[in-house]
Amino acid sequence: MAKITLSKLRHSYYPNPSTPEDYALKEIDLDWQDGGAYALLGPSGCGKSTLLNIISGLLMPSEGAVLFDDTDVTALPPDKRNIAQVFQFPVIYDTMTAFDNLAFPLRNRGMDEPSVTKRVNEIAEMLELTDMLHNRAAGLSADNKQKISMGRGLVREDVNVVMFDEPLTVIDPHLKWKLRSKLKELHQKVRATMIYVTHDQTEALTFADQVVVMQDGEIVQTGTPVELFERPAHTFVGHFIGSPGMNVLRCDIRDGGALLNGRNIALEGDVNCLPGGLTEIGIRPEFVTFGTTGLEAVVQKVSDVGRHNVVEAMAGDLKIRAIVESQPPEKGAAVHLNFQQDQTRLYRDGWVVSSEGGQNT
Amino acid sequence: MKTQNQKAWFFVLPVLLLVAFNALIPIMTVVNYSVQETFGNNLFFWEGLGWFEKLLHSDRFYSALGRQFFFTGMILAIEVPLGIIIALSMPKQGFWVPVCLVTMALPMLIPWNVVGAMWNIFTLPDIGLLGYFLNHVLGVSYDMTQDPTAAWATIIIMDVWHWTSLVVLLSYAGLVSIPDAYYQAAKIDGASNWAVFRFIQIPKMKNVLTIAILLRFMDSFNIYTEPFVLTGGGPGNSTTLLSIDLVKIALGQFDLGPAAAMSLIYFAITLLVSWVFYTLMMKDD
Repeated sequence: MAKITLSKLRHSYYPNPSTPEDYALKEIDLDWQDGGAYALLGPSGCGKSTLLNIISGLLMPSEGAVLFDDTDVTALPPDKRNIAQVFQFPVIYDTMTAFDNLAFPLRNRGMDEPSVTKRVNEIAEMLELTDMLHNRAAGLSADNKQKISMGRGLVREDVNVVMFDEPLTVIDPHLKWKLRSKLKELHQKVRATMIYVTHDQTEALTFADQVVVMQDGEIVQTGTPVELFERPAHTFVGHFIGSPGMNVLRCDIRDGGALLNGRNIALEGDVNCLPGGLTEIGIRPEFVTFGTTGLEAVVQKVSDVGRHNVVEAMAGDLKIRAIVESQPPEKGAAVHLNFQQDQTRLYRDGWVVSSEGGQNT
Repeated sequence: MKTQNQKAWFFVLPVLLLVAFNALIPIMTVVNYSVQETFGNNLFFWEGLGWFEKLLHSDRFYSALGRQFFFTGMILAIEVPLGIIIALSMPKQGFWVPVCLVTMALPMLIPWNVVGAMWNIFTLPDIGLLGYFLNHVLGVSYDMTQDPTAAWATIIIMDVWHWTSLVVLLSYAGLVSIPDAYYQAAKIDGASNWAVFRFIQIPKMKNVLTIAILLRFMDSFNIYTEPFVLTGGGPGNSTTLLSIDLVKIALGQFDLGPAAAMSLIYFAITLLVSWVFYTLMMKDD
């Protein structure tokens, strides 16, 4: 187990990168504590797998360094880093039994057979694989195969970090939930540093203590699931996390106040930014309410998603979504929208610029 | 309730007709010959299983069969490992991939009798490139019309040259279909190159290799044209393979009955070996 530090990491798949667009990773600085559960969250192509492969040593970064417990491991190959990785598709050795699969990394490192048996049985117990230990791995179901891949990562006690690269992609939906909680449970048992890469917000938020959200090769925000939900530092985070995502509404700035359709909107705090740029108001649908006064809008669509209704209203050409627990307004109804002040923020060119802590209304 | 009708037969009929004309009827004529004696003029005399009995007691048949098995054994023992080694050392991507693939495919595009003729000229002791080089530059005595060892070496090398590519191309197809994650996982698990070969590459190539070995077995076991053009079965009878002997009996001596009996046994051996091999290879899946 180890603390992981990424320092000024940049990576390009081109031999001579010149513009920032040539970089798959723009500049990454990160500190991950020993024994933590982390998630890398972002859409496909945002660079999260590249980052993972750099940490595991399958890829050499163009610039910057990777440190395990303050030791530079940037130049070390994967087998020297003592890490484990679980891939998108279950990687198992077809001709071996489940037991031999789990024993493989230990035997390759010259562990004596009694210790191998002991350790493999322990891990199999944890993963509920004991019954099928002596079956041929090729004949097992996808979720059991993926458990074996995980087991091969966890079987080495001294492993620095276990990395998961979208490990639930090929698992049936009803087993995803089971395996996800199994993972969380395993983390609590073995206390290894774990990094989980995914584009699925539910997976990231349930697994990790700290979530790193990435976009276009950059980290846009790092925080606990609650922080990411309550105060997105970037409109992308607001939009990407939450269902539906945050309303991002183009607004004008006049005299230090934000105007939507000419109506002044109360923000969480002061506006502290330079003039110019693209200014937007961000408000989560959870904090939009209906009142007798407020922003005028017409209801366009009401969707019942089970626990609540999502109301889509148009205020001029702005589309605003609201989550309503009680009886929703009818389609076509004229409504007045209110934004909860401490949850209403100003973003300039994507980044939050209103200061924290306005008073509640 | 399920509707029952016989419509399906109607759809199978064209295939049945095709198989009848290209396999069943020709084989039945061979079966017909194998139990009779004929001297031409459509005169047939019943022989029963006489030809089969005689054949199974003839030394000539067993020595030709032995040579056939030796040839096929050598071919498989050389071409399969060599093909795998070449496939493993071929690049996985980039400019050289198509170059390698086309170069590999070239020998397979040459017709059998042309291959035989090429190698015949190539190995002529006084004017052939290889023959001249061996005899007059290296000073090795090499003449496959005189020396059985030279004749055997030449037909085996010729077949290796002609057909190793098939094993290469099939193995290569198997290799490139292995996802990168397997190699990455093996690296992380600390696997040696041998372990990667033994536990990842060979299992993933198993299906294509089975096909490659089957094809090479059938083709080399039934080979006729190339050795016939190259050595004509000589010197003496030293390279007279089963197929060459069969043609000698059928067309040379015009013994249609014994030749037909031999064809059927030949066919049965090919079928049996292929079936046993395939069943053994597939029994795990």
